[in-house]
Amino acid sequence: MLDGTTPAVEPLRTGTADGADRPGRRRAVVTVAVVALLAATPLFLGPYPVTAMTRMLAFAVLVLGVDLLTGVTGLPSLGQAAYFGVGAYTAVLIGIHLTPDAMVQALGGLVMGLVAAAVTGWVAVRARGIVFLMLTLAIGESVHQLAGTWSTVGGSNGLAGMPPISLFGGPPLTAAGFVYWWVLAVAVLVFAGVALVVRSPYGRTLRGIRDNEARMRALGYRPALARYGVFCLAGAVAGAGGALWAQQARFVSPGDMGFEVAALALLSVVVGGPGSLWGPCLGAALVLLVRDNLSPSIGGHGPLVLGTVFIAVVLLAPRGLAGLTGARILAAARRRKENPS
Amino acid sequence: MTGTDALAVRDLHAGYAGTTVLDGVDFAVPAGTVVALLGRNGVGKTTFVHTVMGLLKPYSGSIRVDGHELAGAAAHTVARHGVAIVPQGRRVFAPLTVEENLRIGSRGEHGAWTRERVYELMPPLAERRAHRGDQLSGGEQQMLAIGRALLRNPRLLLLDEPSDGLAPAVVDRIAGLLEGLRGEGIAAVLVEQDLHLAFRLADEVAVMRKGRIVHRSSTADFRQDRERAHSLLGVG
Repeated sequence: MLDGTTPAVEPLRTGTADGADRPGRRRAVVTVAVVALLAATPLFLGPYPVTAMTRMLAFAVLVLGVDLLTGVTGLPSLGQAAYFGVGAYTAVLIGIHLTPDAMVQALGGLVMGLVAAAVTGWVAVRARGIVFLMLTLAIGESVHQLAGTWSTVGGSNGLAGMPPISLFGGPPLTAAGFVYWWVLAVAVLVFAGVALVVRSPYGRTLRGIRDNEARMRALGYRPALARYGVFCLAGAVAGAGGALWAQQARFVSPGDMGFEVAALALLSVVVGGPGSLWGPCLGAALVLLVRDNLSPSIGGHGPLVLGTVFIAVVLLAPRGLAGLTGARILAAARRRKENPS
Repeated sequence: MTGTDALAVRDLHAGYAGTTVLDGVDFAVPAGTVVALLGRNGVGKTTFVHTVMGLLKPYSGSIRVDGHELAGAAAHTVARHGVAIVPQGRRVFAPLTVEENLRIGSRGEHGAWTRERVYELMPPLAERRAHRGDQLSGGEQQMLAIGRALLRNPRLLLLDEPSDGLAPAVVDRIAGLLEGLRGEGIAAVLVEQDLHLAFRLADEVAVMRKGRIVHRSSTADFRQDRERAHSLLGVG
C-alpha cells in the first residue's frame, strides 16, 4: 500500500459495490427466514400476543421513516408522529365513511402522510441539527393540538366505530391473525421499498449529505431538494404506518400522534442503530414491548426502563443493536478465518 | 487577464462573519495552466478556494469561470460550470465505499473521465473499491478525492494542499499522478505549502499575503530569484 499505514481492518463489504457477493446471499437467506418466522407466528401464538406484534409492525413502519430521515440522511426528527397520525385518521375516516378495503385505507394514509409532509416539510428542511429538531417538534405538536380540538375528527375523544378491514371485497377480517398477516405484508413491502431507496443513487446522495453537505454541494448536488424529497418520502411511510396502526386498533385519538409517539420512534432508531433499517425495526419492537407489555407488570415504570436502555445504548453501544450484532458477526468471522478447524 | 482565462478573479473581498480575509484579490488562471498559490498559514488561500467554489459568499468582486460570472453563485452552480475541488484534508465520504464515493462524483457526468479510467490511473483504488472511505490510508484517500473531482470532468481544478499530512513517498506518488494529468488540459489552482511539489507541478506561481496577491511570475523565474522567494515566503 502507499504509505504503509493501511489500517488493519477487514474490508467492510456492503454488497452495493460488488453486486451479488456472498454476504449479499447470506443476507437474503436471513431476510427470508425472518419473514417466514414472522409469518408463522400466528400459527403458534394466541390473539393477544399476535395483536401486540401487529402493533409493533405498524410502529416499525413509522420507525423506518424516522430512520430514513435520522439515520440515513442525518436529520433527527420529532415530527414524524404527525404524519403517522394523519395516516391513522385518514384510514379511520375512509373506513367509517367510504370502504373497509384495507388497501384503499393504507394507500389513503400513505398519500395523506405524503401531502402533509410536502406541505410542512418545505420550511423544516431549510434548517439542520437542533433547529430542524425543534421545527419538526413544533409541526408535530401543532398537528397534535389540531387533532385534539377539531370536532370533525372527534376532538380529544378521537374517532371510534371503524369497521373491520377486508381485502379484495372479501369478508371482514376480524381474527387477529389475518390482520397481522396484512400488516406484516405491508410492513415487508415498505421495508423493501425503503431498502431499495437507500441502496439507490438517491440513497447514496442522502448518505453523502449526512456525511458532508458542503462537499455534496461542491460536487454539483442540491442538498435542499434531496432533503425535501426524503422528508416527503418519510411522511408517506409514516402515513402508511399510521393507517396500519389504526386498522388493528379500529380507533384513533390524538394520543396516537403526540410527542410521546415521536420520541419513542426516535428512541427506537437510536436503540436499534441509526441507518441500518432492520436495527430500528428491532428497536421499535423492544420499545413497544417495554411500554405496552412489560410496563404494566412493573408498576408502570416502563419509561424508567426505556430511559435506562437509552443511556446504556448511548454509553455501551453507540451504533445500537445493529452495530452490536454486526460487530459480533465480524468478530466471529475473523475467529473462523484465524482458526479454520 | 484575457477572455480565454479558465478563472479570472477581480477585486475579490470575502471573509467570515464580517471579518475580511480576502482584501481585493486579482488572480487569473489561463486555460490549461497550473498556477500554484503560495503563502504562509492564515493569509487566505483556503478562503480564496472556498470562495471560488461557492462554499463562501464574497462580500464583493468578480469571479469569472470561462467567462461566466459566478461570484455569489451556489456551489452546485459553480460545480456545474466545470469547477471541481480536492479539499484540504481529503474529506472523502467516510461511511461510503470507494465505489460509492466515485459514483457520487460521476452522477450525471458523461465526459472523458469514467470510473474505470480513474481505477486504471489509480490501481490502489481498484483493489479497494469495496472498502469504506475511512478504511483507506491517507494516500489512498487523497487519490479518491482526486478521482472523485476528475469524474466531474472539470475544466478548472482547485487543489487545496494535496500533500497535507502525507509522508514524502506518498506525496511523490500523488505528484506523479497529478503530473500525469498535465496533458488533459485541465486548468488548476494548486494551494500548497510544499514548495518542491508546487514547483514540480505549477507553470506559474502566485504569492498571497494578507488577503492579496503580492507576486506573480513563472515558476522558473520564481525558483531562480531566491531572494524574492525568501522575502515573500520566509524560505529559499
